[in-house]
Amino acid sequence: MTLDIVQMVLVTVLTAATPLILAGIGELVTERAGVLNLGVEGMMVLGAAAGFAVAMQTGSTGLGALGGAGAGVLLAALFGVLTVGLAANQVASGLALTILGLGLSGLVGASYVGMKREPAPHLALPGLTDLPGIGHLFFGQDAFVYAALVLVVAVWWFLGRTRAGLTLRAVGDDHTATHALGVKVRKVRFLAVLFGGACAGLAGAYLSLAYTPFWAPAMTAGRGWIALALVVFASWRPFRVAAGALLFGGATVLQLHAQAAGLGLPGQLLSAMPYLATILALVLLSLGRRRGGSPGPAALGQVFTPSR
Amino acid sequence: MSASGPTPLFAAYGIVKRFGAFTANDGVDLEIRAGEIHALLGENGAGKSTLMKILYGLLEPSEGVVTHRGDIVRLGSPEAARALGIGMVFQHFSLCENLTVAENIALVMPKSLNGRALRERIARLGREYGLHLDPERPVWSLSAGERQRIEIVRCLLQDPKLIILDEPTSVLTPGEAEGLFAVLERLRDEGRALLYISHRLDEVRRLCTRATILRAGRVVGACNPQDETARSLAAMMVGTQVRAVTPKTAPAGGRERLRLEKLDLPAPGLHATPLRAISLSVAGGEILGIAGIAGNGQAELFAALSGETLAPRPDALRIDGAAVGRRGINARRRLGAAFVPEERNGHAAAPSMRLSENALLARHATAPLARFGLLRLGAAQELARRVIETFEVRKAGPDPAAGTLSGGNLQKFVVGREILAEPGILVINQPTWGVDAAAAAQLRQAVIDLAARGAAILVISQDLDELFEIADSISVLHDGTLSPPVPTGRTNRAAIGLLMGGASDAIPAPQSRSEALAHAS
Repeated sequence: MTLDIVQMVLVTVLTAATPLILAGIGELVTERAGVLNLGVEGMMVLGAAAGFAVAMQTGSTGLGALGGAGAGVLLAALFGVLTVGLAANQVASGLALTILGLGLSGLVGASYVGMKREPAPHLALPGLTDLPGIGHLFFGQDAFVYAALVLVVAVWWFLGRTRAGLTLRAVGDDHTATHALGVKVRKVRFLAVLFGGACAGLAGAYLSLAYTPFWAPAMTAGRGWIALALVVFASWRPFRVAAGALLFGGATVLQLHAQAAGLGLPGQLLSAMPYLATILALVLLSLGRRRGGSPGPAALGQVFTPSR
Repeated sequence: MSASGPTPLFAAYGIVKRFGAFTANDGVDLEIRAGEIHALLGENGAGKSTLMKILYGLLEPSEGVVTHRGDIVRLGSPEAARALGIGMVFQHFSLCENLTVAENIALVMPKSLNGRALRERIARLGREYGLHLDPERPVWSLSAGERQRIEIVRCLLQDPKLIILDEPTSVLTPGEAEGLFAVLERLRDEGRALLYISHRLDEVRRLCTRATILRAGRVVGACNPQDETARSLAAMMVGTQVRAVTPKTAPAGGRERLRLEKLDLPAPGLHATPLRAISLSVAGGEILGIAGIAGNGQAELFAALSGETLAPRPDALRIDGAAVGRRGINARRRLGAAFVPEERNGHAAAPSMRLSENALLARHATAPLARFGLLRLGAAQELARRVIETFEVRKAGPDPAAGTLSGGNLQKFVVGREILAEPGILVINQPTWGVDAAAAAQLRQAVIDLAARGAAILVISQDLDELFEIADSISVLHDGTLSPPVPTGRTNRAAIGLLMGGASDAIPAPQSRSEALAHAS
């Protein structure tokens, strides 16, 4: 019986972590290419609204997810045109993107407030899903969760094992040098920004289609910012993003349980813990930097203008 | 020009490249034939880099054409250039610091080459040409010399027909340079064409049979360097005669001003060099040269002298008798010491800051540039202006950002900044790295004149010509250990070269004196 309680907690941790994994892995790719997109929250919330709207119109969760990702891509494309194409400041553009995304999502979702729909279907494998203790955790999740986990492995493989991934890392490390070698720096960066947008939009769609299957304004509730912090916390490594997301998800669930259990600690303090952990991780990372090399992409946030 | 000889392998005709109002190349013609090493000569800012970038597809010319075996080709990108068989060895290394050696090389290799095959090819090439590299090391941990090896290997792995080399020997020791020359001659004999850019005219005379000379964006001459003297080549480059460095008249032998005593320092990083029991002494009026191959502790020695790394005990370092081993860079500057690090951009100067601000950065402790914690910008500008005037620093605008200056001019500025303070002790690392002949002569003269006024000077350099030209005696830094100083007149390049390679007790032969004199002349 206790095993099932543990499983129940772990399932909630995993579902709370999934949007963070999705958005975080997208931002990781963007940042490894040297672009800092602070608009994750905006792309995510627009993805949530658009995803829910498309799903309501078509009745299909899959199309909804695509719609969410597409909305993220559109917003990211705007950011890419500004920062990669026109060499605008990435920090300012990213912040503006978040505000724009929040506003647009209110517009898109206005007529859907208060509507409900069935959550995304969960995997059900006869025999496996009903395994006591682990069945639901491993074989009873919805497609978003599996997609997030597959994405982590895929991004890890892409960055470390493929030529295109190497090019992307090189662009993020030194755009002048890679440009001199003939790499199309801006093209690589633009594609990386689009990928980040798709992931953030998908993360938003997960929230409105699976996590809490309805749309409410600003329903992302800062998860985009957590995803941003996660990437730094994970020192730009895919598996660490997943681990960090699970930790953050765990903290969220723990905080709920702690509040329910009437623990002496204020809930706000508990929900602040992951952020404190991020600050600590940043300090440790900058200590490590003294030994040479750079923990993150060396060209992160730098605008590239080719001379031609 | 095209009337003589067969169709050139690559040629550029009437190349014009404008950047706004500035014309970097103005009607340049260049013909390169297979099986020749063609020199491209010119001062900093003469337009050599622009022409090279056009040939490598990094820049597109405003006017003019590039031909390959007589056919007009469009080099729209480095990939297009590489596809035609053009390879490039960059002077300012085009490497990603946080990637490994193998990853940096893989960036330009065909996609089909997987990791293991690539490593094997790197290793094979290393054995064949003596260019040894550890493929797994991250680039940030490598010395300048090792980084250049990556550039060369990366270029050779593409089996190029034309190899463009930009100042390839500027960071190599004479021994390494000899190795490189052997490689280049072999590549030439294999029928490849090489375009060789160097400020070192003796190298050009040795290697190249044809030279094109650029001045202010135009071709001002073509010659066979082997028929010329270094002096006449330099005169063509700058349009006037290059000043010869006047040897210092005042002999060494003043009181001791700088002393290191049994300095031991652990390696500051994983791939850095520890310093082992370094002792040295420089008297007023003396110039001590420190020779050595890159990565043998030069950076660590400089940091220990300047105070960026503190010594374990105060009396390990004495400046004019004061034990300053545990004191920082400003305290050492206040005692009359001055320091010029190797890296101009990022260490000696902040590239995005103005020259006056850069003057302030190094001199705030010793010049009256601040009062009650408030900057005196006027005084800083005045100081910058004096440096610019005294050292003939060429620049655009009254007070431009340091990064906009050419290498030679920025080096003149950072050296001038220190020398104008009339330091009693000057420590200078690679004083003329990548600097054109005229500027190098001027810098060396300034160092000699400072010594003649009684300063103790320590010059760390990989350029043996330079050390034999200006130093009174030479010590060799090898693997963090310093050899005893030998008076320049009593040794020769071969003996120093042996010490640089790690041979101990390379006592100079008695007959070496005449040879050393021959080099000095």
